[in-house]
This record gives sequence, structure tokens and C-alpha cells, in this order.
Amino acid sequence: MGTLPIRSAGMESALKLRRNAMNHMVTALAVIATAVVLVPLVAILGYLLYKGFSSLNLAFFTKMPVPVGETGGGMANAIIGSGVILALASVLGIPVGIGAGVYLAEYGRGRWLATAIQFTADVLNGVPSIVMGIAAYSLIVARQHHFSGLAGGVALAIMMVPTITRTTEEMLTTVPQMVREAALGLGIPKWRTVVSVSLRTAMPGIITGCMLAFARVAGETAPLLFTALGNQFFNLNLNQPMAALPLQIFTYAVSPYDEWHRLAWGGALVLIVMIMVSVTLVRVVTGRGALKGGQH
Amino acid sequence: MGVGIQVENLNAWYGTTQSLWDINLHIPANHATALIGPSGCGKSTFVRCLNRMHETNPIARAEGVVRMGEIDIYKDASPVEIRRRIGMVFQRPNPFPTMSIYDNVASGLKLNGFRKKRVLDEVVERSLRNAALWDEVKDDLKKKSGASLSGGQQQRLCIARALAVDPEVLLMDEPASALDPVSTAKIEDLIFKLKSQYTIVIVTHNMQQAARVAENTGFFLTGKLVEFAPTTKIFTNPSDKRTEDYITGRFG
Amino acid sequence: MNEPKLIPMPQTVVTAPKMDAVPSGDAQPAQTRLAAPSVIRQFLNQKSSGRVPDGLFGGLMLICALSIFVIVLLIVFVLVRDSRLSLHAFGFKFFTGTVWDPVSGDFGALPFIYGTVVSSLLAVAMSVPLALLVAIFVLEICPQFLRGPISFLTELLAAIPSVVYGLWGVFVLVPIIRDQVGPVLEKYLGWTGFFAEPNFGVSIFTASVILAIMIFPVISSISRDVMKVVPPSQREAALALGATRWEMIRISVLRNSRIGIVGSVILGLGRALGETMAVTMVIGNHPDMMKNLFAPGYTLASVIANEFTEATGDLYLSALIEIGLALFLVTIVVNAIARLLVWAVTRGNAARAH
Repeated sequence: MGTLPIRSAGMESALKLRRNAMNHMVTALAVIATAVVLVPLVAILGYLLYKGFSSLNLAFFTKMPVPVGETGGGMANAIIGSGVILALASVLGIPVGIGAGVYLAEYGRGRWLATAIQFTADVLNGVPSIVMGIAAYSLIVARQHHFSGLAGGVALAIMMVPTITRTTEEMLTTVPQMVREAALGLGIPKWRTVVSVSLRTAMPGIITGCMLAFARVAGETAPLLFTALGNQFFNLNLNQPMAALPLQIFTYAVSPYDEWHRLAWGGALVLIVMIMVSVTLVRVVTGRGALKGGQH
Repeated sequence: MGVGIQVENLNAWYGTTQSLWDINLHIPANHATALIGPSGCGKSTFVRCLNRMHETNPIARAEGVVRMGEIDIYKDASPVEIRRRIGMVFQRPNPFPTMSIYDNVASGLKLNGFRKKRVLDEVVERSLRNAALWDEVKDDLKKKSGASLSGGQQQRLCIARALAVDPEVLLMDEPASALDPVSTAKIEDLIFKLKSQYTIVIVTHNMQQAARVAENTGFFLTGKLVEFAPTTKIFTNPSDKRTEDYITGRFG
Repeated sequence: MNEPKLIPMPQTVVTAPKMDAVPSGDAQPAQTRLAAPSVIRQFLNQKSSGRVPDGLFGGLMLICALSIFVIVLLIVFVLVRDSRLSLHAFGFKFFTGTVWDPVSGDFGALPFIYGTVVSSLLAVAMSVPLALLVAIFVLEICPQFLRGPISFLTELLAAIPSVVYGLWGVFVLVPIIRDQVGPVLEKYLGWTGFFAEPNFGVSIFTASVILAIMIFPVISSISRDVMKVVPPSQREAALALGATRWEMIRISVLRNSRIGIVGSVILGLGRALGETMAVTMVIGNHPDMMKNLFAPGYTLASVIANEFTEATGDLYLSALIEIGLALFLVTIVVNAIARLLVWAVTRGNAARAH
């Protein structure tokens, strides 16, 4: 605490003035900074809403892409493709992520192995998504000799795991130890205690964590570039190249055609709305049906 | 019906610290036995050794012989089997927060795979009645969460939950220490009634409570059982000087 | 108190209470006849000890946890395996070579490293002051009712997908920087050589601005978590000594959380280094190393994104995968350092994954 200003009688008032001025200046700077930061947010979302809405119509959701030069067409295949890839990623990533979180919170607490896994998960979380794309390419695409929705789903699943693991663990550690003891004390086996007591108590938080992981990968483009690749046609076969909304937005955004730019904005709006809606929906659904006084 | 518990040369450790030293003791069936002593004396550790809850802490271990009737609980059965027969009520009420009152009481059976709904209904009602909680909760059995009850009600709910699996022994680790006097009186009444059917071991730091509910009392000090005798003897004519010092309030 | 009434149950065995010892006091003799329904006892006694399912379940959870190690090892393995052609061909020269010529098969990654490092550092430099000020504002200055909404809005920034930032960058930010910001910077800072014509809008500078917006939520929210850990007693101690609010923040909050704040900044840097789509869309994708920030550049991530599917020939692909390997190792190291710093401060309540 050595830097507290030392007051000497003569300088006191000048010093006080300077200290107060400094204080007000920092406060003002903080307020301005907050305002400055909110500008791009409002700008991005506002522009997106404006551009997006003006380019959306029914055809956008029901039609396939049309060749360059023709107007109209939609992104039905990309919307469906995204849905399929994300479903695959969730099916693969969520159980593994929750399982790892359960291990960390219920079995490994205090062990060096658990600490190592936590650390690895945190580090894996920071690995660039494009690297996940390369890994999935090398593991699946290079072996099968063709691009596929499957490879895209695997890449996204790997990205979901660390986030889900860490939130599951964090939520489970908030379950009081005495609730676990209550179950063990009744002669309920540990696995059943974990499933029916710990996990059930922490479920709302875990679902939120899964949704955050989902929302994060739903907008990912880089890991799909050379796995799912994209597809101008309708395809539900996981073993074939598959269209995805973020991929399509990218392709259209960097193209030189106005009509495609229009579709890119529509796609971006749909993508964001899809992410927001799915997150809110799950929160509402899981919030309902809770018993009175059940949430602390 | 309850069974008696025979403890021989029981030692327990947390990590490298020994917390129980050579405990020898017979807890008679269908009686209430109180364990008293200053905090940290090992009385809680001792009851947790009786249903093998002690070992749920990864750094804890115990050695010695604990017999429930004919069964050596450390040799002849798994912890899960033991805990089904020796129920436990904890210091702080710990109902399952996401379960209804009904599910809380039925949890010991349901989570073990018991599915007969008619029997469950009966068991829940009987357990709640025996825990003197039925009249207060019978209208919200499936509507309210166990966590929505008051502290005293929660503790009686926990007792009902323990009774529902029809245990032979009921261990109570300071069951009233977190409760107000009215709730405490209700819990004591309950113990008094239940002891004809169950072997009850109650840990308490409240000597009057021990005197009110228990036939036998054991005095623990620094991990050792100093004296174990009929309650009246412990409180009127203890044979050990340390017991006398404690119950007359000279320390602890 | 009311005596519990017994419900007659078919399987109930009613036993007479054996009252052989009634303790002292006014306690009433127990009249309750508690009954043992043997059905329950029988059922529970038949149940297995649960050891087998317990072992299986615990093993399954362990496998899930270990799979995180496996994933990391697998990534390292395939990256090394598939980049060995390039590793053998160029060795360390790969990272010092300035020529990237797929046609002649000559691959040097220095221009991409330059673009990545410059754009990321610039982004961090722009983002950090703002992020810290906002964190201080939210935590220490702003009224309670604004805290939630502002936190929510900054988290919203984190939820916008990279490709949407890129889309906005291409159509909104690039023209602004070309037509409005560029000329002003050239006029006043042109003498430094960092801001010079030609300015087409797609440039390292534009990429940095987009990156700064994207890493802002990371730095701001983690440094907020770290500052929150400073105990109130520390703040009160400073205030009690007559410190102004800013002095209190400087002396007790910032000083006590500086390690964690550095961690959050490094995490932001890690994010910026690996960011792909938005950067690819606005940086111009030209492997030059120019002092002029308005010149187009290229980053490690964007060269992979642009050229991977078009890479003809094994050496070309291998070189791109080696770039991926380098990116992977760098971000691993950066993230490991950052996590250790953040952990050092928030120990126990581990930093929320982002």
C-alpha cells in the first residue's frame, strides 16, 4: 500500500484537487468506454436486422440456391444441413462432455488426474476452430477420400466437449455435499446418486452450459470449410458433402454478386435468430415444471 | 425390529490424523444411545463409521470390527447394503432439493428400483405419520419441493425418508443442532417414540437432550470413549473424573 | 402433539413395544406401535450391492474424461503426421522463409506469422483499455440496475458468429475505414509510416478492428471475474485511508488482480491469433510484410481457410497442415500461460470456460 499519497500541509489543497480531478477523469473515461463499446454492438445488430429482414421471404426458407444471374432462391438446404450437422455434434459431444464433467466433480475431486483434465479442457477450449477442421479432415475426410457432413459434425462435437465439461463440473460442485450424503446414507448406490440426485439437482445449469456450447458451434464456419465443405443441393446423407448456413453465408459474402449478398444477410439474421431462439427456448422449457421452492 | 451393535477396537483416520482410538462399545437393540462430548471429540466420526459413511471421504479410513447382529459390516457386506439397514439423519436437514415431498420420502425405495405404486403410497404416508409430519404436508405431497418446508419440517422429512427404507438402526448426528427449540422438542418426542422399534444412536452436544431421550450415554473426548454407562449414572454419578468435569461444565 | 395413527397394511407385522427402560423426566411412555413391512425389507435385501453398475458407471465417466486427453493427443498426432512432408522439406526455414509459391513448391510462412502477430497485437492494444475500463465501470461505478443489462450486452457480442462479424466487416467496416477513418489517420499519423496510401479498406488495420471487437467480451468478462475476487475488506481498507474511488481501484483492486488481468489479456490474444473467418474476409489475403497497416495482409488461419481445399499436391497440403500445427502449438502455449495466471487468482472457483 506504499503509494497512498502522503499529505503535507502546504500542498494539501492542490493535491486534493488533483486527486479528485483524476478520480472524475477515470470515471468519465469508464463511462465513455462503455458507451463506445455498445456502439459496434448496436451497429452490428441494427444493420443485421435492417439488411436481414429486407432480404427474407418465404422462398428463402423453402427454395434451393439458384445459379448465378438468376434472382430468387433460398437456403433451405443450408438450414437443414446445419440442423443435421449440429444434431450430430450434440449427440456426440454432449454425453462425452457431461460424462467428463461428472468424473471431475464426483470422482476425481482433488486428484492430480482431475486437475490435469481440467487444464487440458481449458486449453483445448482455446484451440482455434480451424485447427479442429484440419484434425477432422485428417482423421475422416483424408481416410474416406471425400468430404462429408459426418466430418463436420465430429469437428463441432470436439469443440463442444471442453465447454460442456467445465460447466457440468462447475454446476455439480454447487450441489451441496450433504445432499449427496443423504442419498448415500439411504443405501443408494453411487452411480444412482450421481444420476438421480447430483445431476438432477444441477440439471438447469448443465442444460444452459450445453446450450452455450451449442450456440458457440452453431455459428462456426472454419471447422466446416474442409469437412462438410458445403453443397448447392439438398442432401441428408451424412457421408456426402453437406451445406451449412455459416458456410453458405461465407460463400455468398465473398462473392461479387448483389443477389448473393442479399442472401448472405438473410442467412446471417436467420443464423443469429436460430441461435438466440434455441437458447431461450431451452431455458424456458427447463424453467417450467420446477417444483415450488425447488430452486434456491 | 432393531438389532444391537457391537464395536470392537475401532480406529479411524482422516489422512494421517487419527480421530478415533480403540473404541469398544455395545449398543443395545431397541434403545436410544446418546453420544456426548465437546466438538471435535470424534463422536460424529464414530457414528459415521457405524454405517460406513466415514469412507465416503476419500482421505478417511477405519479399522476394527463393527457387528450388527451377526454381520460384520466391514467384512460381510458392501457399504451400500449396510446403509440400507442402518439409516442416518444428518446434522443439517438435507432433503433432495429437486424432489417433491413424496419423492423425498420414497427416494430410498424408488432410487433402488422399487416400483409398486400402491406400496409406495402406503410407505410414504406411514413414514410421514411416524415422523409426525403427515398432517402438515398431506395436501402438498407432490406439489411442493422438500426444500420449501421449514427447517424443523425438513428435518422430520429427513427422518421420514430414513424410516421409509425400514432400517434396523437409526443414526442421528446432532439432528436438532440446527433447529429452533419447538422443532427440537418435536424431534425429541419422535426419538422417544421410535426407539421402541429401532436401535437409535444419537450424537448430541446438548447434555439435557441426552438425558431426556437416551437410556445409555457414552462420553467421548479427543477420539477416545471415556465412559459408557446408563444415562442416569453418567449424569448423577460418573466414574471418570473427565466425565464429571464435562457434565458439570468445567470444560468443553 | 398428535400421535401418529397407523395405517393397517397387509404385510405389516405388529409387534408389542418392549418398554424396559424409561428414562427420567416427564416423558410419556411410547404407545406407538411401529410396524415393519417386510415387503420393503425383503426387497432391499434382495437388491445387489451395486458394485458392478457402480464400477461400470465410474469407468464410463473416467473414459469420457480421458477422451479429452485423447482428443488433444489425436490432434497433435495427425497434425504432425500429415505435416511431416513439409517438416522434412523445409525444417526450421519454413518459419523464416518469406516466399509462399505453390507453383514452384516453395513455402515460407513468415508473411503469415507477421500478419497474425501484427493484427493480434494491434487488436489487443485497442481492446484492452476499453475492456478494463468497462470492467471497472460495471464492477465499481455503474448503478446496480445497469449491471445486468451491460453484462448481457457485452456477452451478446460474444454470441455473434465470426462469419457474421466478417459479413458486417465487408459491407460496413471496410467502407468506413476506406472513406472516413483512413484519410483522417493518414493526415495526422501518416508521418509515422503506419498509415499510408493506398488504402482499399481491406487491410491488417481493418482486421485488427474486427478482432478488437471480437476479443473484447473475453477480456472484459474474465478480468471482471478476476477483479470480483478481491475481498471487500481490501477496498474498505483503501477507502478508510481516505483514498478516492480511483485510488481505491488502483491500489486495492487493480494491484491485487493484476496477474489475473494479464491472464485475461493473454486469453484474448490467444483468441485473436486463431480467429479465422472474420479476419479472412477483411484482411485482403496477400502475403506481404508491409509497415503500412492499410496494406493487405494474410494470417496463419486465413491462409489455411482460403487454400486448404484448393491445395494441389501433397507438399502444398502438408505445408498448410504445418501452419495449422504451428497455430495449434502457439495457441496451446498462450492459453496454458493465460489459464495458469487466471487460475492463480481465482483458484477454486475456476474461471468460467469461454
